[in-house]
Amino acid sequence: MLDFVTGLRCRECAHEFPAEALHVCDYCFGPLEVAYDYERIAATVTRARIESGPRTIWRYRDLLPVSDESPVDLGAGFTPLVRADRLAAELGLGELWIKDDTANPTGSFKDRVVSVALTKARQLGFKVAACASTGNLANSVAAHAARAGMESVVLIPHDLEKAKVTMTTIYGGTVIAVEGTYDDVNRLCAELTSERPSWAFVNVNVRTYYAEGSKTLAFEIAEQLGWRAPDHVVVPIGSGSQLTKVAKGFAELGKVGLLDEVPHVRVSGAQADGCSPVATAFAQGTDAIRPVKPKTIAKSLAIGNPADGWYALQTMRSTGGSCASVTDDEVVEAIGLLARTEGIFAETAGGVTIATLAKLAASGAVRPDECVVALVTGHGLKTVEALADYTGPTATIAPTLAAFDAVLERDGARSPG
Amino acid sequence: MSVTIRIPTQLRALTGGAGQVDVDAASVGEALKALDAAHPGLADRLFDDAGELRRFVNVFLADEDVRFLEGLATPIAPGQTLSIVPAVAGG
Repeated sequence: MLDFVTGLRCRECAHEFPAEALHVCDYCFGPLEVAYDYERIAATVTRARIESGPRTIWRYRDLLPVSDESPVDLGAGFTPLVRADRLAAELGLGELWIKDDTANPTGSFKDRVVSVALTKARQLGFKVAACASTGNLANSVAAHAARAGMESVVLIPHDLEKAKVTMTTIYGGTVIAVEGTYDDVNRLCAELTSERPSWAFVNVNVRTYYAEGSKTLAFEIAEQLGWRAPDHVVVPIGSGSQLTKVAKGFAELGKVGLLDEVPHVRVSGAQADGCSPVATAFAQGTDAIRPVKPKTIAKSLAIGNPADGWYALQTMRSTGGSCASVTDDEVVEAIGLLARTEGIFAETAGGVTIATLAKLAASGAVRPDECVVALVTGHGLKTVEALADYTGPTATIAPTLAAFDAVLERDGARSPG
Repeated sequence: MSVTIRIPTQLRALTGGAGQVDVDAASVGEALKALDAAHPGLADRLFDDAGELRRFVNVFLADEDVRFLEGLATPIAPGQTLSIVPAVAGG
């Protein structure tokens, strides 16, 4: 099966490279981007061709950087796009949708990027899948490697949530907890990539392909809206890659003729106060992103030195989007708000997105006349520790009617009548 | 004043394989210019057409990114080391 990739191109100096396991331009150190033959894609891809494909990210294989009859696949993608009227009413918004990526096989959007990365890695002949992770990626790499019969080596910070560690180790790969922050883990993996050239580090030497998987969020949103782009999307920022690729995804749909008109989607970013290097640069109007030492419950976004921060800034500015950061208390409150109003349980990163959405709605940056989509990218079961002080049973009682009635009398408002 | 500059793997083809190079300089800009004089071709890799550091080239003086000091004008104190580091991936 053919793909439409013509090679890799440096995003900075446009030097061209073959479609191999390369991620950085050896001339100017700029990141590499997959280059496609969009004319050939436009001549091939149609809405009907996509709609007849599998209900996974692979229905969009014409716009992905690798094609394979049997990709490394646990069923990532085509997650629900949920109309969120009750949340919209709380926030003073109009047409609001939640892209519910908690529904992915390992509970986060990372399944999209890993399915693409390992399919390409296997095609390139790699036998070992590796990564630096804040948790969600670790879960996904370990699971997909198991599925593909590859070995996995996953490096994580030592202080991750318990569920994320368990969900990684259960798949039987090697899991190394590193005494340091994600940025320390990342630096170690950059060195390991040179030392272990036969390993596919999905977010280092295979990152160019891996990152493309996030475009499927945009493809699905547009298809699920009836082949229509939204006016505004709100995306959490860790490395900034997802936000950049969501914008690229909408642009590509326009470029290959899958939408009736060229989309103009405002893209806004969400960060936690305890790790907000991109939001800070956005607010200050600067291009230089100052790395920070993260301190937030939103560990999946705790990247102090975001690789794609600069591109995320440019994307938000050029699309007329905005950016804000929120406190950990606001994150917890927003997790509860989303659960109460829409029945969706998000991890802390989802709380960051919803809290930021609330903030941007209050400031007028997100407007009630817009079709808005907020990306909830990970499942709440992964980060229950963050809620430990806020949740619990309404009451604990003896197994008698009298005890039950006593609780209802005590707390009349909770009685369903 | 002698300054030690650490060279990343990707640029060592231009330094004859050397991982560090000593130059005489009083500022970051002077040091990088002296590096190019000693090993021609390096400036092209480090600077864009406007003479600014390329976006994904990071230069650290001691442990601080010079973008958050005074950029190329940052003075170098005795004993400080300059490191050229490619931008990170990850995330």
